[in-house]
Amino acid sequence: MATTTKKTAMDCVKLARDPQRPHLKDFIRYVCDDFEELHGDRLVNDDRGLVGGFGTIDGRSVLVLGHNKGATVEENMESNFGMANPDGYRKAMRLARLAEKFHVPIVTFVDTPGAYPGREAEERGQAEAIAKSLEFFALLKTPVVVVITGEGGSGGALAIAVGDRVLMMENAVYSVISPEGCAGILWRDGTKAPAAAEALKITAGDLLKLGAIDAVVKEPAGGAQKNHKAACTAVRKAVVAALKELAKLPADELVEKRYAKLRAMGNFYA
Amino acid sequence: MSWFEPKTEKAAIPPAKALWAICPKCMSHMSKAEWKANNCICPKCNYHGRLTARQRIAQVADDGSFAEVFRAVSYSDHLDFHDATGPYKAKVEATIQKTGETESVVMGTCTIGGHKAMLGVMDFAFMGGSLGTGTGERIARACEQAIAERRPLVLFSASGGARMHEGILSLMQMAKTSAAIGRLKEAGLPYISVLTDPTTGGVSASYAMLGDINVTEPKALIGFAGRRVIENTIHQKLPADFQSAEYLEQHGFIDKIVERRDMKAFIAKMLNYWGF
Repeated sequence: MATTTKKTAMDCVKLARDPQRPHLKDFIRYVCDDFEELHGDRLVNDDRGLVGGFGTIDGRSVLVLGHNKGATVEENMESNFGMANPDGYRKAMRLARLAEKFHVPIVTFVDTPGAYPGREAEERGQAEAIAKSLEFFALLKTPVVVVITGEGGSGGALAIAVGDRVLMMENAVYSVISPEGCAGILWRDGTKAPAAAEALKITAGDLLKLGAIDAVVKEPAGGAQKNHKAACTAVRKAVVAALKELAKLPADELVEKRYAKLRAMGNFYA
Repeated sequence: MSWFEPKTEKAAIPPAKALWAICPKCMSHMSKAEWKANNCICPKCNYHGRLTARQRIAQVADDGSFAEVFRAVSYSDHLDFHDATGPYKAKVEATIQKTGETESVVMGTCTIGGHKAMLGVMDFAFMGGSLGTGTGERIARACEQAIAERRPLVLFSASGGARMHEGILSLMQMAKTSAAIGRLKEAGLPYISVLTDPTTGGVSASYAMLGDINVTEPKALIGFAGRRVIENTIHQKLPADFQSAEYLEQHGFIDKIVERRDMKAFIAKMLNYWGF
């Protein structure tokens, strides 16, 4: 057996961004029994960076929402590499409202470099769409299970990552800013990203200790990109268990507990 | 006395920076005294410049009514964060010394034109008005106290976004504050959000954009992503007024642009319309 060296935060960033890593399509294929995509925000657009639809997982109806990076160049272009527009977040809220109406639980798959920084995105209120989404999911009267599968890129990730159980894959990362962005600002040198990644504490293990996530889902040896089926099956198992737990709670209690969880985040003050 | 005798002492000329103010929007020059006398508003272009939290409170709260709360809730260095220029702790302690504030938002109860309110004002001089765990905690507590005491919430934002020195938990403050605001609104209480120059990033993408009404001041910068980031992404130049208060009003995200001198009366008027 070769000597094992500890993975650095930047190693995780590279794994989390690996184009061979399972994409939303793979998660839907292996986690869901079936899936029907639904389109559009009823206002201007159908954003391809954020996809949603109803399906079943282990016989239970669910709404699936997820960032869609795409597997081919065409898909990457169409979906802005999973960087959602305001239209995407508004579609997510529209579908989540529908799920709430029938008390159908929601499963989200988070994998985005961040919300799309574009002209139209700003003009259509990227900030407002994310803000609304945070408020909306905090108050939603149906269970929400979140899985951080790859890149948890700042506000664009958080907008669909407010939930009752936040699971995170072993090699995923989740951060307030990209290591490159942070290095550019605080180190004035983008190449210091590895130092920034380390300082920001963005790996699943660190985030579990900080209380930002609830559980880590192990990946196959070498990473999820080596074996999509095994990686997605582990996610499925964790999602099924979380859904089962949450189904026992009445809606009001669920919302109270979700608030208590958010409320405790970073409360270091007596 | 020789013609060329060297001067032994130079007359004490104050540096130009101490005398002249330059409007960051239209680049026109004026004396600092003029800038201050005009309430930090550019006399040429009407850009409403930045105020400290205390200046703002003095302009909005009724005289002597402001009672500060949560001052002991300050920053947290739970990551023991160090960057190229040193430890976060040293930077934030220096900021506390410089500003006299202990977090980027100052919170308190007061009356505004006779209407009781919970008033929060962000100070851009405190770490760029960044949203840290202390900032988020103060806002969440303010919402809870406002619910308990049936007070409307008025919050002036001024921020570059989340405070990266506090890592993921600073991001989580976006969710925490938005959740608390949501509960305040569900309790039937009004929330007036005033987005002042600048309000961007994680603060615009959380509580600042969640007002029952969102108001701002002339020429304030309001947006999510930075101009340079967008230009580098789309490979296009953006219009000069992009992300200005006026641009946001045109696009439907701002209820009204209010002149500084009218702000207090405007807030009181709205609270009066709504029966508070």
